[in-house]
Amino acid sequence: MNQLQSKINTRDEAFALNREKMQAVVADLKEKLETIAQGGGERAREKHLSRGKLLPRDRIDALLDPGSPFLELSQLAAYDVYGEDVPAAGIITGIGTVSGQPCVIVANDATVKGGTYYPLTVKKHLRAQTVAEQNNLPCIYLVDSGGANLPRQDDVFPDREHFGRIFFNQANLSAKNIPQIAVVMGSCTAGGAYVPAMADESIMVKEQATIFLAGPPLVKAATGEEVSAEELGGAEVHCRTSGVSDHYANNDVHALQLARRSVARLNRVKNPGLDVRQPVEPIYPPEDIYGVVPADSRQPYDVREIIARVVDGSEFDEFKALYGTTLVTGFARIHGYPVGIVANNGILFAESAQKGAHFIELCAQRNIPLVFLQNITGFMVGKQYEAGGIAKHGAKMVTAVATAKVPKITILIGGSFGAGNYGMCGRAYDPNFLFMWPNARISVMGGEQAAGVLAQVKRDQKAARGESWSDEDEQAFRKPIVDTYEHQGHPYYASARLWDDGVIDPADTRRVLGLCLAAATHKEPEETRFGVFRM
Amino acid sequence: MIRKLLIANRGEIACRIIKTARRLGVATVAVYSDADADALHVQLADEAVRLGPPPAKDSYLDVEKVLDAATRTGADAIHPGYGFLSENAGFCRACQQADIIFVGPPAAAIEAMGSKSAAKRIMEEAKVPLVPGYHGDNQDPAELEAHAQRIGYPILLKAAAGGGGKGMRRVDDAAEFRSALDAAKREAMNAFGDDLMLLERYVVSPRHVEIQVFCDQQGNGVYLFERDCSVQRRHQKVVEEAPAPGLSEELRAEMGEAALRAAHAIGYEGAGTVEFLLDADGSFFFMEMNTRLQVEHPVTEMISGQDLVAWQLAVAAGEPLPRRQEELAIDGHAFEVRIYAEDPDNNFLPATGMLVRHRPPEESESVRVDTGVQSGDEISVHYDPMIAKLICHGRNRREALARLDRALGQYQIAGLRHNIDFLRRVINQEDFVAGRVSTHFIEDHESELLQAERAITALECAGIAAYLHEREMRDLRAAAPARDPHSPWHCGDNWRSGLSAQRRHNIDIHGRHVDLLTEVRDGAVFWHCQALGEAGQGEIRLLPGRELALVDGRRMSFSSVDTAEGGAVFVGDRQVEFRVLPPDLGEGGQYAEGLEAPMNGTVIALLVEPGSAVEADQPLLVMEAMKMEHTLRAPSAGVVQQYLCAQGDLVDGGSLLIDFDTGEQS
Repeated sequence: MNQLQSKINTRDEAFALNREKMQAVVADLKEKLETIAQGGGERAREKHLSRGKLLPRDRIDALLDPGSPFLELSQLAAYDVYGEDVPAAGIITGIGTVSGQPCVIVANDATVKGGTYYPLTVKKHLRAQTVAEQNNLPCIYLVDSGGANLPRQDDVFPDREHFGRIFFNQANLSAKNIPQIAVVMGSCTAGGAYVPAMADESIMVKEQATIFLAGPPLVKAATGEEVSAEELGGAEVHCRTSGVSDHYANNDVHALQLARRSVARLNRVKNPGLDVRQPVEPIYPPEDIYGVVPADSRQPYDVREIIARVVDGSEFDEFKALYGTTLVTGFARIHGYPVGIVANNGILFAESAQKGAHFIELCAQRNIPLVFLQNITGFMVGKQYEAGGIAKHGAKMVTAVATAKVPKITILIGGSFGAGNYGMCGRAYDPNFLFMWPNARISVMGGEQAAGVLAQVKRDQKAARGESWSDEDEQAFRKPIVDTYEHQGHPYYASARLWDDGVIDPADTRRVLGLCLAAATHKEPEETRFGVFRM
Repeated sequence: MIRKLLIANRGEIACRIIKTARRLGVATVAVYSDADADALHVQLADEAVRLGPPPAKDSYLDVEKVLDAATRTGADAIHPGYGFLSENAGFCRACQQADIIFVGPPAAAIEAMGSKSAAKRIMEEAKVPLVPGYHGDNQDPAELEAHAQRIGYPILLKAAAGGGGKGMRRVDDAAEFRSALDAAKREAMNAFGDDLMLLERYVVSPRHVEIQVFCDQQGNGVYLFERDCSVQRRHQKVVEEAPAPGLSEELRAEMGEAALRAAHAIGYEGAGTVEFLLDADGSFFFMEMNTRLQVEHPVTEMISGQDLVAWQLAVAAGEPLPRRQEELAIDGHAFEVRIYAEDPDNNFLPATGMLVRHRPPEESESVRVDTGVQSGDEISVHYDPMIAKLICHGRNRREALARLDRALGQYQIAGLRHNIDFLRRVINQEDFVAGRVSTHFIEDHESELLQAERAITALECAGIAAYLHEREMRDLRAAAPARDPHSPWHCGDNWRSGLSAQRRHNIDIHGRHVDLLTEVRDGAVFWHCQALGEAGQGEIRLLPGRELALVDGRRMSFSSVDTAEGGAVFVGDRQVEFRVLPPDLGEGGQYAEGLEAPMNGTVIALLVEPGSAVEADQPLLVMEAMKMEHTLRAPSAGVVQQYLCAQGDLVDGGSLLIDFDTGEQS
């Protein structure tokens, strides 16, 4: 394969400047993530521990194989959304290996608002289930939750993508032979009771876990019956009498061991159906990405410099290198897995869109997973391009992306604006995974462009009414628009709302892609049927 | 001329004898019990014959079986090694009758030295100096007590038939005499079937200096100088050296002559050792004569340049001694340490189990390792738990000591407790280094040499951290799907999205619980251990494919091995074995602790009736293991529901022996 030659001077001033800026945003990200990882604060943690329970992250550590990676999803969920701190939306989700198999883990954090489900908690739980479904990974639910967050029930309970969908998913995942294992380690009340009840196998911790449709206060109110939580729905009841649970655990660690044994018994064999090779590290260190990405996001750079720092041996066989050059397409390996890479190197033109569609067809035909490196301000605009059919050429690429049945993984490495987001496999195109870099921005268009468009409309209105508009007034009009776009286009804003699966350190890109590819290839290859391409 | 030699022994001495026999072109026959079917001595010998089941009395001590093996294989000589049949006059005679050469002294000489009281009488006549004492047959306690009074306290009670510290008691004043006598007699009766006791003056700060003698059938005798074996624990030798530090030429000659007189007095032939107590003033007293090759003979070989087994074979074949006295000289200095499977910090409790790793240092002209075990062998309850003897030579004492320390640092053992750290503490102790030793050395320096709580070093933590990472990586890789072998899910560095990858390991180092935090970054393991204070952190990186590591930037040797419950690491000249503590699965409370067999052994007494109530600490059961008695006591007040074993049962270490009800609801 062809080895990429970097043209970056890692000793020049620009590199140092870029690196400094990226280091700052990465440091900010990590600081936020560490804070979020603390969960619901010191007092809540102490209270939790005093009950003999493990903290949710310690539960995950005890569940996972020692040394297993944990690819966390939606870490920033609910960040700065509710006007109150709901770290990680009170639920930790991610992928890690259990008894040798990557599994999706969904763990309630009872130190955050008692583990109750906010709207974004539901969204995050559902997203984890989607990841399990799309990648054919077993699910393990570590349940310790007070159920729906009652004050916000209207945004949690009734809709299609609300609380009920969790159980709908459990049933349908199980139907697809995607194992559903529930470990009840705390309360599991009302609707939540269906998590273990709907599971293939469930485990309860004695004198700690409870499952009931209605807790003691509600029972007393309804029937006058006085009963303790343990008598009503403890492990004794459900493992001995009701049969709601299958395995009886002495404590958290024991329960997690039992879950590990459950996974070990699943009889699942991975057959990736890919030509897998021994991985080779890139010849250019991934950390150099910091200095490659320009501090000024408007300044263009060659995306091959990123590819060289992500793929095995920095080897990249380009497809149509001389045609439609604003889109870079080609074959490489990441952690030994073959991939087709689609990366932006400027605005999408008709040629680049057609090239992208062609390349995606190739990968779908050969069952090669696709990696999208998104840094796109959009499709080219203007009379000449509209007349040249930029819309139909863009549509070809969007069709190819939407219907290709190979694993797709998208990384937003810079801008993600407008229809470029669609052609480059944005969230709406169901990539198996979508992660953002902390320097990336996402919105329907750039803040300046949006302000420009809105200012133009306003000016036209004013002109129609014969009013004049001073430059100062126009600037005053534009500024909040630009600010809003900057705020809403920020990765934290996006990630808080689960428009992505998380914000990652650019230096971790190769690893994250490797983990995602390895996870995604648990699913048997599926044949692609493309839609009608407008020619 | 001996053509085929049967070695009626096992372990290191059998191997050592086979080596010389091979060199001399003598064919070798090994014998073995079922426990030793794959043992090193069996592998080294040209032929091997099974004797019987593991207990020594059914195998290595069975005269008939050994002779039968010799007859069947056509061996014309038997070397008994040490222990087992080596000082059994009956066996010696049986060999003669079967027309097989017994490589050792005549039966009469063995018998003469077999009874200590008889031996002392002979020595007295031969003008060999004796410790004041009573060696008579009158065993009336009052009579013995009167003798004790005459000799003067402190005195030493010794079993006439004894050896190895069994049936031996020091008595400091008359008040203790009777109870000590009873105990010593009981022990002697158990150990030797004979409770005849001797009394002796207890020399307060004595050295144990023994003379190696050799006599041929022509009546010639030489002495191959002395060995100082003062460093002992419970009368078992720990370190031996030759020559004895600070011994003058005159005294050496005097002791040598006395030893030869002793040998000649009993018509001795072959290799023998005359043990003396050497007092601080240079006076010395005969203790006993060992009519066999000694365990510690290699130090003599190292300083004399002679092969004592070759000498034994020559003498046994009727040849004259290879050298005359004036042809023998001391070259440099040599040490031997005995490497044992035992726990020095826990009263030297013998250890049994699988020797997961046995990797001695490389041998050279100045480093010698005599061993009979290999990695994977079992150290069983049936035989002595000695793993090896390490012998180092130098041009002088200091050089020999430096080599010994270095060789001990390179010695790798895993799977069971051993005494290497203890030996290093001994040989580095200031008084020892200066040559100031006595038989009380270990008890005098107990606080320095024995550790109530084992210290843990930063180097050990670094090694453990590296091992844990390696093992997890290995386990995860092994779990990778066959068709997806390189999956990054199996890389094992505990990566966490955007968060610290730090992990906490709960480990147990020789009974001490330690929390070790590790974090892998770019292949290096960063560790932190609060228990070590400021020194408690560092970095270690293993160099792939080589047994090397960079520890905080310093390159040093590194290797590790898995054990049943954890691992052992060897980093630089340190080694440490540890358990990875199993997580608390909340299953405790099934039975009280301390009612399991502490090791493999034989149940010798059940002390209470099943169903009876007992007090805390009340003895419940006695078992014998590795020649020592262990008492299991009630962990609290309660009821012995039943014994889960019977008297005479051979039980495995860790098996539950007593169904004990503490009376508490669990």
